Amino acid sequence: MKATCWMGKGSVEVRDVPEPQILNQRDAIVRVTSTAICGSDLHLLNGVIPTMKKGDVLGHEFMGEVMEVGRGVKDLKVGDRVVVPFTIACGECWQCRHDNWSLCENSNPNAVLPEKMMGHAASGAFGYSHLTGGYAGGQAEFVRVPFADVGPLKIENGFSDEQVLFLSDILPTGYMGAEMCDIQRGDTVAVWGCGPVGLFAIKSAYLLGAERVIAIDRFEYRLQMAREKCGAETVNYSEVDSVTDTLIEMTAGRGPDSCIDAVGLEAHGHGLEYLYDKTKQMLMLESDRPIALRQAILACRNGGTISIIGVYGGLVDKFPLGTIMNRSLTIKSGQCHVHRYMRPLLARIEKGEIDPTMVITHRMPLADAPKGYDIFLNKEDNCEKVVLTTA
Amino acid sequence: MLHVTKSVTVLRPREDVYRFWRDLENLPGFMQHLESVKTTGDARSHWVAKAPAGATVEWDAQITEDRTNELISWRSLEGSDIQNHGSVRFSDAPGDRGTEVHVELQYDAPAGNVGATVAKLFGEEPAQQVRDDLRRFKQVIETGEVVRSEGSLEGAGQGLFKQRPAQAAAVETRR
Ligand SMILES: NC(=O)c1ccc[n+]([C@@H]2O[C@H](COP(=O)([O-])OP(=O)(O)OC[C@H]3O[C@@H](n4cnc5c(N)ncnc54)[C@H](O)[C@@H]3O)[C@@H](O)[C@H]2O)c1
Ligand SMILES: [Zn+2]
Ligand SMILES: [Zn+2]
Repeated sequence: MKATCWMGKGSVEVRDVPEPQILNQRDAIVRVTSTAICGSDLHLLNGVIPTMKKGDVLGHEFMGEVMEVGRGVKDLKVGDRVVVPFTIACGECWQCRHDNWSLCENSNPNAVLPEKMMGHAASGAFGYSHLTGGYAGGQAEFVRVPFADVGPLKIENGFSDEQVLFLSDILPTGYMGAEMCDIQRGDTVAVWGCGPVGLFAIKSAYLLGAERVIAIDRFEYRLQMAREKCGAETVNYSEVDSVTDTLIEMTAGRGPDSCIDAVGLEAHGHGLEYLYDKTKQMLMLESDRPIALRQAILACRNGGTISIIGVYGGLVDKFPLGTIMNRSLTIKSGQCHVHRYMRPLLARIEKGEIDPTMVITHRMPLADAPKGYDIFLNKEDNCEKVVLTTA
Repeated sequence: MLHVTKSVTVLRPREDVYRFWRDLENLPGFMQHLESVKTTGDARSHWVAKAPAGATVEWDAQITEDRTNELISWRSLEGSDIQNHGSVRFSDAPGDRGTEVHVELQYDAPAGNVGATVAKLFGEEPAQQVRDDLRRFKQVIETGEVVRSEGSLEGAGQGLFKQRPAQAAAVETRR
């Protein structure tokens, strides 16, 4: 079968690989019909997430048709159409039972690696390095889906792939980012990053009752999407001296009530601070560049909440811990507990409260995945989100 | 001599966890280095462990203490390749957290060739091996089987990322 393979830092290729097999009784094999490229894939492409191996199959946002089920699968049948959450969860452990699916205690067979780096391991995930289990991803013609009764959501109401595909990751992720802000009446929410995750965070913040949402990025076409498709006010960080001051001024000195980081460990910036982080990251003295996060922490109103959904991998420098402590800030974070949000968000799509297709700018066949990565990485051709389809 | 203690918490009733472990023939299902355990008598069993280069190490063991839902202890018998004893203790985890499983193992490796084989069996990180065994035990008792991925670590001593079917074929053959 054809699959998108990580071939080294900065290189992906669509190659012929063996088809996946059932390895556990609760597995299903899914024929992928649509899959997408995520900002998280860009971190893998850029080599800032460790333990990728040449040839690893990428992709964690996908949907398709069930082709084969293991003996232990009861609720899914061959022919079912499903969207698959990017985090893999067993449904049986204490964390799964407490609705914290991305913390599943059983789905990461390589848990020993993150345990050594991070103290404990989080769940497994598709196509997302050997730290999260070494599972082959879904930017491929076929994919093996473990715990097939637990994660995959059956789509039975005639929605197109594009309408429901993002239930696999970015829609729930953006929504969780907003939900973690515990939005109250009158709240202003600031969102760093107007990628697909940021846009869904903006949209969700309004759905959850925000009075104002202010979005921050440097790409004018993305800021325009934030304004026109999601109703945000925007700040182009390349055009202001200080994002923090700008936000504080926009909120009459209070600061945003909560701040969402939808950028992650490869934040871009200007001036000395950016140079500092970029150099340290290159020298591997610092694994992550927390530029957006620092701004979010400084701007946030006293007693407010910082919601981190942008991905971080390891260690950061110059982290304003004193600000957090002295100003009673709360930090909430996590890989998305996708399973928690799929059904409620499907219901919101059904009611027309949210149209996930708004983020799609590019559609291409799976064979063109390298081109898709390239334009999404370089934000060319006003690229916001690439969907890959199999014939 | 090698002494290891490790523990894990599993979301299953204490009775179920005890019952599963009390059937010693279940152990090779999650203990990487065990090939088989056969119950040979009421409290007796025969253990075969995999050693590097296709060799095996064998011993007979006897259950020395068995307190239902609380504790199982065992000890190898005279004439074993490897003298060892161990125990597993079960207690209620606080709140709704299930059952705590506390394992203690001690191996007295003999001198000479067998001793060297036994040392290899446990590699450089015996505590990590027991931790990995307990992780698999948790997977088995909570989800029904050892969880696999295309790129699972197949045990500490055996190299990383061994099993990789959904991998670029050309890459696989090149390594
Ligand atoms: N927590 C989760 O479960 C989860 C799930 C999916 C994605 N993510 C993460 O979310 C992040 C965003 O993903 P995406 O798909 O939207 O990626 P993307 O690359 O499309 O978007 C990132 C945006 O951040 C902007 N940006 C860079 N530096 C900035 C700065 N200093 N200030 C403000 N904006 C800045 C970029 O211009 C870009 O528009 C990534 O880190 C991704 O890994 C997390
Ligand atoms: Zn993603
Ligand atoms: Zn679980």
